[in-house]
Amino acid sequence: MQISVYRFDPDKDEPPRMEDVELDLPEGRDLMVLDVLELLKAQDPSIAYRRSCREGVCGSDGINMNGRNGLACITPVSEAAPRGKLTLRPLPGLPVVRDLVVDMSQFYRQYEKITPWLVNDTPPPAQERLQMPEEREKLNGLYECILCACCSTACPSFWWNPDKFVGPAGLLQAYRFLADSRDTATAERLAALEDPFSVFRCRGIMNCVSVCPKGLNPTRAIGKIRTMLLSQGI
Amino acid sequence: MEFDGVIVGGGGAGMRAALQLAQSGSKTAVLSKVFPTRSHTVSAQGGIAAAIASEDPDDEWRWHMYDTVKGSDYIGDQDAIEYMCRVGPQAVYELEHMGMPFTRTERGRIYQRPFGGHSLGFGKGGQASRACAAEDRTGHALLHTLYQNNLKAGTTFLNEWFAIDLVVNPDGAVCGLVALEIESGQVVFVKSKATVLATGGAGRIFATTTNALMNTGDGIGMALRAGLPVQDIEMWQFHPTGIHQAGVLVTEGCRGEGGYLVNKDGERFMERYAPTAKDLAGRDVVARSMIQEIMDGRGAGPDGDHVLLKLDHLGEETILKRLPGITELSKTFAHVNPARDPIPVVPTCHYMMGGIPTNVHGQVLTVASEGNDAVVGGLYAIGEVACVSVHGANRLGANSLLDLVVFGRAAGIHIEEAIRQGIGHRDPTDEDVDNASGRLARWNESTDGESVADLRRELQRIMLVNFNVFRSGDHMRRSIGELAELRGRIAKAHLPDKSRVFNTARLEALELDNLLEVAEATAIVAQARTESRGAHARDDYTERDDDNWLCHSLYFASDKRVAKRAVNFAPETVEAFQPMARTY
Repeated sequence: MQISVYRFDPDKDEPPRMEDVELDLPEGRDLMVLDVLELLKAQDPSIAYRRSCREGVCGSDGINMNGRNGLACITPVSEAAPRGKLTLRPLPGLPVVRDLVVDMSQFYRQYEKITPWLVNDTPPPAQERLQMPEEREKLNGLYECILCACCSTACPSFWWNPDKFVGPAGLLQAYRFLADSRDTATAERLAALEDPFSVFRCRGIMNCVSVCPKGLNPTRAIGKIRTMLLSQGI
Repeated sequence: MEFDGVIVGGGGAGMRAALQLAQSGSKTAVLSKVFPTRSHTVSAQGGIAAAIASEDPDDEWRWHMYDTVKGSDYIGDQDAIEYMCRVGPQAVYELEHMGMPFTRTERGRIYQRPFGGHSLGFGKGGQASRACAAEDRTGHALLHTLYQNNLKAGTTFLNEWFAIDLVVNPDGAVCGLVALEIESGQVVFVKSKATVLATGGAGRIFATTTNALMNTGDGIGMALRAGLPVQDIEMWQFHPTGIHQAGVLVTEGCRGEGGYLVNKDGERFMERYAPTAKDLAGRDVVARSMIQEIMDGRGAGPDGDHVLLKLDHLGEETILKRLPGITELSKTFAHVNPARDPIPVVPTCHYMMGGIPTNVHGQVLTVASEGNDAVVGGLYAIGEVACVSVHGANRLGANSLLDLVVFGRAAGIHIEEAIRQGIGHRDPTDEDVDNASGRLARWNESTDGESVADLRRELQRIMLVNFNVFRSGDHMRRSIGELAELRGRIAKAHLPDKSRVFNTARLEALELDNLLEVAEATAIVAQARTESRGAHARDDYTERDDDNWLCHSLYFASDKRVAKRAVNFAPETVEAFQPMARTY
C-alpha cells in the first residue's frame, strides 16, 4: 500500500515534508490506520504519534486521514483510503510538535475555561444526590466526550480564533454541566459565555458533528446554550 | 523541581490520591506519560463494586468482603479487603458528589448491575447487584470526573512526562524520581516528600491483552530496580470475554445484564462448570471453562478457537440503553451487531493481581533483615501496580475501580497526615540521582544491536504461549531460560533514533526494560508456586496446596529470589473467613 506521512522534527533544519512509503499489509484483514502506523514504526522507529487504548476510548490518536479527522485506532484503512492511497497528517489548526503530534495546549485551555466540574455548594447528603433517570438522560451524548480534539480542529471558527472561541469540544462540556440537574452554577456559567466569541463564533458549519468519532453532536449542544443565553436576555 | 507529593500516573488511583492531597493544601503534582484522561482507567466498562444497597436494599459490605476473600482464593489480605469493602460506599458517594454521571434507578439512586462472584448473604442468598455503573463507560466517567476535580483543586499536572527511575538515598528512602519531559527531551530530578507509584498494569507483556499499548509495568520495573520486592506477580487475570483476535474487552456487565456464553453447538456450557453462578462465576473459573470447551473441540469458528457471547435475547432496547459502548466496540472490532449475532470471544490477559506490596495506607513494604515487614520511607504504591492485597489470586469484576479510589484516597489521607506532622524532603547524593538515569544513558549510548520492536515481540510471544490460562512446569522452566537470554539481548539492543523532541522510540525502549522485569518476575514465581490457585492453574500441580502455599509470594530481582509472606487473616471488626473449597 502507498502511504504518505507528514514528517517534521523541529531539531532538524528542514521544513515539514510528506514522506512516501510503500508498505506490504498482511492479507485478509482490514487493518485499522493505527495498525498501519505501528507497522510503519516497526520499520522506522523515528516516526512520532500518540496512541494508547487502541479501542477509541482514550482519545490519544486523533489525526487527519485523507483529509478527514478521526481516531486512527477505530478507522479502517478501507474507509480512510477507499482509493488505495493513505495520507496521514497531524490534526489541522494546532502547532505541530513533531510528525503527527500536535501541541494541544490551546485545546485544553478552552476546556479548562468552561469550569469543567460540577458546582454544587450545598452540603452533600450522606448518600448520593438523587437524580431521576429522565434528568440523567439529558447528559447522554455529552459526557461521553474523550477530548480527542477531532471536532475543534475541524472547525474553521476554532482555526480563526483558537484563543477566544471555546470550540465544539469545550462547548459540549459546557452544556454537559448546564444540563446536569445537580449543578447550581447555571447563571455563572452562562455569564462566562455571553461575550461575542466564546459561543457566538459558531457558524453552524457542523464539521464537528461530521467528524466526531463518538457520534456526538456539539452543534446541537451549542444551539441549546445559545437558546439559554438568549432566553436569559429577555 | 520540588513538591510535597508527586504521584506517578494519572489514572483512577493516582488522580484520587492527588485530589485528596491537593485539597489539603499540599503542593501536589501528577506526573503522567499521557494526558491523564488517556490513562487506562478510561477503558473500564462495567462498574465499581460497593455495597450501597441501591438495587439490593439489604446488601452489606461484609457480604462484599466475603465474596472478595473467596474470589481471591484466600490469599487476599483480610484487613485490606475489610477496609476496601467498608469504605467502598463512602468512596462511591464521594465520586457522585464530584459529579460522576452514574446511571440511575427509577428512584433516582445509583444503578447497580450483577457482576461475577458477587453474592448476597455470604454466598447463600443468590446473585448480588453491586456494580455501580455509568452505562458501560464507568471508567471513562470516573476518570474524567477525577481529572475535572483535580483541575478544581489546583493539582499541578506534568503531562507527557516519563518516569525513568526512583531516586533512593543510602538509607533506602525514596527522595523523588528522575523523569523525562517527552516534548522537550529534558531530564529532570523531581524531588518530593512522598512519591506515589500509580502506574497501572503491565498487560503488554502478553502478545494479546485487553490492556492499552502503554501498560508496560513501569512502576514494577522501577520498584524492582530499586531493590524492592513484588508480591504475587505470578497472578494474572485472563478476562473471559476479550474480542477474538482484537483482544478488546467486552465487559462482564454483558453477562450481568443476562448475556451468556455458548459453544459451537449453541450449548450454554457454564451450566456444567458452575451450576449455581453459571456465567457469573469467578473470572478464573469461567476462563478455564472456556479454554476447556475449546480444547475439547467445541470451540466456534472455522478454527474452533473461540466461544460465543450471546446477547440478542436481551432485546435491542436493553442493549442500546445499558451496553452502548459494547455495541460500538463489537461492530468495530468483531463486525458483529450484538443485538442480532453473538460476539466471538476468548479469554484475554486483563489484570495484574500482584504488584508492589503495601499496607492499607499505600505505604510500600519490603523485608527487613530480621524477615519482618518494613516500610520504605517516602514511597507509596496504589492501584493496579500495588498489591495491598485485595485481589489475591483472582480479582472480582468491578473491584478494581473500587481498589483505585479507596486506596488512592487512603494514601492521600496518609500523606496529608505525614506532611502535617512535618516530614521533610530527603536529600539524595549526586550519585543517587545519576543512578536513576543510568538506563536512559545506556540506550542513548547504544550504537548498534537488535531492534526494540523485535525483542518486544519475542517477549510477548514467550509470555502468551507459556503463562496463559493453563500453565505447565516444563514450558515455564524453558521460558525462564529464554527470558534470561532475552535479558542479555535487551541489554545490548539499539535505539537508532537519538533525537530530542517527542521521541517515542526512546520511550518504547525504556518501556521494554520494564516489560522484561515484569515478565521475568512472573515466570520465575509462576514456576516456583507449585500448586493451582485462582488464576494460576498448572497441569503438573492441579490442586490448591494450603499447607505450603496459603501465602503471598515475594520476588527480588537482584538475586532472582522467591520468598513467602504471610497472608493477613486478622480483620479489625469481623471474624476472618477461613479457606474453603471454592465452588460457584
